[in-house]
Amino acid sequence: MIEVKNLSKVFKYKDKKNQMAEKTAVDNLSLDIKAGEIFGLLGPNGSGKTTTIRMLTMLLKPTTGEIFYDGRHVDIDDKDVREVKQMFGIVPQNLNFDMDLTVRENMELHGRLYHMNRKDREERISELLKYVGVEEVINDKVRNLSGGMKRRVLIARALMHNPRILFMDEPTVALDPQVRRRIWELIRQLANKGTTVLITTHYIEEAEELCDRVAIVNHGKLLDIDTPQGFISRLGRYVVEWTEGTHKEFKLFNCREEAGQYLTQLDAPGGIRKSNLEDVFIEMTGRKEGL
Amino acid sequence: MLGDIWTVFWRDWVVLKHRMTAFILSRMVAPILYLVAFGWGLGRSIQTAAGGSYLDFLVPGIMALNSMNISFNSVIQVHAEKVYHKSIEEYLTSPIWPHAFVIGKTLAAVLRGLISSAIIICLAYAFGANFTITPLFLLVLVLNCAVFAEIGFAAAMYIKTYEHMGQVNTYALLPMSFLCGTFFSTHTLPDALRWFIELLPLTHTSYLLRGIAMNQEVSLLSVGVLLLYLVIVFVVGSKAFLKLRE
Repeated sequence: MIEVKNLSKVFKYKDKKNQMAEKTAVDNLSLDIKAGEIFGLLGPNGSGKTTTIRMLTMLLKPTTGEIFYDGRHVDIDDKDVREVKQMFGIVPQNLNFDMDLTVRENMELHGRLYHMNRKDREERISELLKYVGVEEVINDKVRNLSGGMKRRVLIARALMHNPRILFMDEPTVALDPQVRRRIWELIRQLANKGTTVLITTHYIEEAEELCDRVAIVNHGKLLDIDTPQGFISRLGRYVVEWTEGTHKEFKLFNCREEAGQYLTQLDAPGGIRKSNLEDVFIEMTGRKEGL
Repeated sequence: MLGDIWTVFWRDWVVLKHRMTAFILSRMVAPILYLVAFGWGLGRSIQTAAGGSYLDFLVPGIMALNSMNISFNSVIQVHAEKVYHKSIEEYLTSPIWPHAFVIGKTLAAVLRGLISSAIIICLAYAFGANFTITPLFLLVLVLNCAVFAEIGFAAAMYIKTYEHMGQVNTYALLPMSFLCGTFFSTHTLPDALRWFIELLPLTHTSYLLRGIAMNQEVSLLSVGVLLLYLVIVFVVGSKAFLKLRE
């Protein structure tokens, strides 16, 4: 469905001394995402997740590398790129609404941009706003909505034209747990109907709960791809956690006996628990500040 | 392509509809002040070289500068769509022709420019001005609005902050408002300054509008100059729009 080969993005900018400098946001990334899959890009802030999505959605020109949709090579400057864009539904991280328009008008604009006819637009607007539970604000200006409502409208807007591929960049950031779980349920339903979902998140729980496969990225580089359970199995099902001074340490083990032996050798207070994707993530990225 | 242009135009039309009353009222203030101060006040003590009323001389100039300001300032809202709201990304990721965005925004700004020109025409008649409106007069107005809308679009694409946008107004639009044949003929200026000013698009608009309004013969070369400006700024604006993806 989506194949990415050696994708890189280098941004050029002027530094404090007014000299040209470069920053590599995505570094030689290769992925292969299957149709109907929920694929997660997991990484700390600044790891290149958003830049990757922006390149895949033709919003940003890659510096090098190739992107294929259904085996067809797609370039941002291709004349037929519009056909490919028609397949995309995009839930950006920033709330990129037209703040001068109402909820209905924002949805209507989206439908028009994706060449939907009037009848379909009207039906989908009612159906989707009802589905995400914000139908009562249909005639309100978007700028007057709460953060959670805006995010739900953003998801509804992305689904207006029945996209085959849904790109979701941190879709549940800053949402309360009830709304987050409702959105997860929505994503699962879409995937069950055959929509391919690429989701970026730095919520480990979200990736573990939702994704069929996860790619862990850091500093723009792909570290590894596996299923959440695959990662856990490979790196260790049990965690020995102990406190050293003011901070916590942990070590992963494949069997409980080994973990127990290690704990008894430690000269510090600690315990054993089952591992999760967060342990895997920290083990691989080696940093906690992004969580 | 036409459907995509209509979509972009439709968005701006919806916003304008929301604010139509406020838009019309606010667009009446500057022309009324110009007409009162330079038409009734100062204008009564001024005779034009041809011996006519200064008010009749003034009205085409006010229309030229007003349509310039309205079109330019309508389209620079794209700057907020680019930098603050990021709503421009919705257009960049959608399956529309990229040039449709530039053309749709320009047409919406032309519409605003024409509405404000219609207000001036009504006010000018109410103030007792005499002038002729022909299809060529309207074409020149549309061209002027389009040229300055495109300049506004290009500025919105290149400029990083609102402060810089204000500088474009101060250093480019404000001097043009006063010097490009709007309030007085460019022939009274020193040669070096006159040659430079006659290269600017607003001078050609003022010359054309005044000539047509006063039933004088006008050179179509000035229409050609406006068309040339339109093509150049369209190319510059479109390139800047596509460059957002880099």
